[in-house]
Amino acid sequence: MAQVVLDKLRDRFPGGEILETGSQHGNEWARVAPAAWRQVAEFLRDDAATRMDMFVDLTCVDRSPREPRFDVVLHVYSVEKKHRVRLLAGVEERQPVIATLVPVWPGANWFEREAFDMYGVRFEGHPDLRRILMYPEFQGHPLRKDYPKEKRQPLVRRLPGSV
Amino acid sequence: MPLSFYSTKLADAVNWARKYSLFQYPFVTACCGMEFMAVWAPKYDIARFGAEFPRFSPRQSDLLIVVGTITERQAPVLRRIYDQMCEPKWVMAFGVCASTGGFYQNYSVMPGADQVIPVDVYVPGCPPRPEQALDALILLQERIQRGEGHSQVVLKQERGFDVPLAAIRPTKMGTQGGVPNPPAEGRGGQSPPGPHATATRTGGK
Repeated sequence: MAQVVLDKLRDRFPGGEILETGSQHGNEWARVAPAAWRQVAEFLRDDAATRMDMFVDLTCVDRSPREPRFDVVLHVYSVEKKHRVRLLAGVEERQPVIATLVPVWPGANWFEREAFDMYGVRFEGHPDLRRILMYPEFQGHPLRKDYPKEKRQPLVRRLPGSV
Repeated sequence: MPLSFYSTKLADAVNWARKYSLFQYPFVTACCGMEFMAVWAPKYDIARFGAEFPRFSPRQSDLLIVVGTITERQAPVLRRIYDQMCEPKWVMAFGVCASTGGFYQNYSVMPGADQVIPVDVYVPGCPPRPEQALDALILLQERIQRGEGHSQVVLKQERGFDVPLAAIRPTKMGTQGGVPNPPAEGRGGQSPPGPHATATRTGGK
């Protein structure tokens, strides 16, 4: 379906920025070096053959104990060319930072905030990187595999015996 | 005639009126709301039981119906809404999420509305059928008639009565015999003082 996109990526970035590509169930994916994350995104949006004009999804996966621990996953689609591609970039646990894609696709704003909220991955250059789902008082990042399943962080509770 | 006689008879009448004029505050947060709409709609028609009006102001409502999942983040909001309601007030937890947290067992969902507010009636189901809500309402009405709603019990503990004494003793009458908690003179029945209030007042003005 979108093999043309993968070919384009390999042509444009021969210097090791594209670590791996593949296709599964008709969906193409490419693993990108985190340093080239923003550059690859801009290329996909602007190139005449790819024209990825629609931001679909951005999320994160905790692959612990693998290192790099996190995968930031981006889905983009071209309305014009009718093809889609999935990009992945590994993010280290010690320094969970990757470039923001908000200047490329403004729609990435809240998705990056969610990934930050749930996994603690920081998106460098994000205009407003705050928690989006959890409350500001919340400690930690609940979708990390090492967040205790039973842990609660209540804002209010009744006192025992009170009405 | 002792006041306790009047107040007992009055409580029956007042509680009868209360149980058939429950103004509800629907705190609808999740999918149970779809089923709850059917409770209002003509087929099940909660208006038949006098619980007709949804008031979207807690200050005008008697019955807080918690419909749906309550997250930890919503808990302070729910508590504030409950605090804003006038006494006596009643709470119904509609659905398992409002009752116990349901199948959510995670970092964000509070295990039941009763973690932050007292609940009179729990309605199980995911979502409950409308009949269950009506059943719960009838159950609650019976409890109101007996004066066993949670805030009725508290009012009785604090003041001796869960019905306003002003209703049986207009301000003109002043203090008379047989009053368990004699209020200060001249202001009889306005706000019946509890034991603490009586202790602090130093008698007639």
